[in-house]
Amino acid sequence: MSAVAGEAAIEVLGLAKRYGDLVAVDDVSFTVGTGEFFGILGPNGAGKTTTLEMIEGLRRPDEGEVRLLGEPTWPRNPRLLPRIGVQLQASAFFERLTAREQIRTFAALYDVGPTRADEWLEQVGLTEKAGTRTEKLSGGQLQRLAIACALVHDPEVVFLDEPTAAIDPQARRNLWDLLRSLNDAGRTVVLTTHYMDEAEALCDRVAIMDRGRVLQLDSPAALVRGLDAPVRISVAPQLLPVEDAERITGVEAVEHDGSAVVLTTRVPSTVLTRLAELEVLEGLAVKAATLEDVFLDLTGREYRA
Amino acid sequence: MTAFRAVALAIVKGFLRDKMSMFFAVVFPLMFLVLFGGVFNYESSPKIDLVEVGDVALVDGLSAGAKDAFDQTFAVTHAASLDAAVATVRKGDADAAIEMSGDTLVAHYTQTDQVKAAITQGTLDAFVNGANQDASGQPPRYTFRTERVEDKSLKAIQFVTPGLLGWAVAMSAAFGAAATLQGWRNSKLLRRLQLSPVSARTVVSARVVVTVLIALLQMAIFVGLGMSAFGLQLTGSWWMAIPLLVAGTLSFMSLGLLAGALAKTQEGAVNLANFLVLPMAFLSGSFFPLEGSPDWLQIVSKLMPLRHLNDGMLDVMVRGQGPGAALAPIGILLAFAAVVTLIAVRLFRWEAD
Repeated sequence: MSAVAGEAAIEVLGLAKRYGDLVAVDDVSFTVGTGEFFGILGPNGAGKTTTLEMIEGLRRPDEGEVRLLGEPTWPRNPRLLPRIGVQLQASAFFERLTAREQIRTFAALYDVGPTRADEWLEQVGLTEKAGTRTEKLSGGQLQRLAIACALVHDPEVVFLDEPTAAIDPQARRNLWDLLRSLNDAGRTVVLTTHYMDEAEALCDRVAIMDRGRVLQLDSPAALVRGLDAPVRISVAPQLLPVEDAERITGVEAVEHDGSAVVLTTRVPSTVLTRLAELEVLEGLAVKAATLEDVFLDLTGREYRA
Repeated sequence: MTAFRAVALAIVKGFLRDKMSMFFAVVFPLMFLVLFGGVFNYESSPKIDLVEVGDVALVDGLSAGAKDAFDQTFAVTHAASLDAAVATVRKGDADAAIEMSGDTLVAHYTQTDQVKAAITQGTLDAFVNGANQDASGQPPRYTFRTERVEDKSLKAIQFVTPGLLGWAVAMSAAFGAAATLQGWRNSKLLRRLQLSPVSARTVVSARVVVTVLIALLQMAIFVGLGMSAFGLQLTGSWWMAIPLLVAGTLSFMSLGLLAGALAKTQEGAVNLANFLVLPMAFLSGSFFPLEGSPDWLQIVSKLMPLRHLNDGMLDVMVRGQGPGAALAPIGILLAFAAVVTLIAVRLFRWEAD
């Protein structure tokens, strides 16, 4: 059943979708390997969801080709459907059913028994909420349930469309732990998000999208490295006067912003060693470039999710 | 089969837990049934209140059969004196007072209610004649027998039960279809199901089967209550009401689908369904008979699927028509369902804009 490791789970070639004059997706191509955790990152309206829905087979591409597990997804391909799991943006549940009834219903759609369904409920930490109707669950609990419903039939590929949207930061962090475990069993995971930190924390590779196009595609670390952006080190001002900081080898610029002296450098190891010798490490903070800087570099504008 | 059962079960639970739709499908129409059944059930004339003064030998001496007949017409009380009895009649607390004056039966009655006065007069006269004939010891030469003719105008409960049942089924079928389509579209559940191995046919047939079962349950409740509490009497081919209800359910579901396809929100869909069903119920004779209505109203009325369902159910459930009387209405209802479903499918969108 499962594909050979390293083989492509998803191949996307020249995908395009227009709604009237609006170009939602413009010539998008990429490949997702089996077992990979793949992220599509971009601000709202970047074309992430449309891309995902074309890959899933919900929308017909105007141009281009999708192969999912080696098969076309349009028109609706019933052979493929038991092998994929989806979580859609809105909470797609039956009305007035409890969490347990929901997942058991979804399990039955895939001919999976109730025991398996209950196990998944346990796995996403919702056993205590099993008897609660979905209308009364919190945003985070709903997302957990949606993810469990997407996985209940043990699919080879899972699509998660903004699984952490509209939930509070604490619940978001908790959800990350669950998401991280999803591709443990060699499962391929495709996730869209507009959170930079989420993409950095979870994804093996990230496609950064804006205005319907893929701007860059690589691992988060490689994307940041490729930026050749300086590292910013903040030091407590009373420990290190500005003029001393300026004399340290490798420091390109020094700012004093009131609460801290900020050193900019491209050789952080050299600078940090010197700071240690000066014994000014107390309260020190290092801030490396993030995907946000990558986005700024790529588009010339601030990232606004 | 597992998937079909799971979806059907999910819809059933969703329905039973939705207090609003339960209310409109069952409780609300039943309230009308109780109201109409209770209010209009006094048509069978109540008994005539009769006051006997002292011993009335003629009445006391009636044979058992005649006594029964007497008691069916009169509710008898006793008074000690004629004055007291006449005073009771005068006050309107009784309709007539009778006393024996030798061999003569004297009746004192008011003309306030002429029908009752006539019944009193005629019935008492008949009893006196009967007693005279008995006293002669000769067998009667002429006898009298009655044969009841079923009046075309029905007793209230006979008329309102099929009509209100039709209305109840129309409401729950149309609302159910409209709310399901709209709600599932807005929550993206339709999309989610599209990406599961379940076919559209399975989902649609689960919804149809549940709605038909709800309609049959409504029928059981209405007919059960009508028979046990309000004296509803079903006629021979009442069972043809079952295929009628199935066909009716399909046409009201098609209206609900249309409302669900047109409206943008779930509330909008339910309101639109209501907007279609309530006027239709009035124009289809669910609440009152349309026999005396003008021709143009009859024509408009014949365009409504509910009119045909109501007519068909009246014919087979209470008018004693044969099973064939339901065939034409069933055909019309199915044709209506097919046409409206086609329109709804053309207007259908997978998701909210």
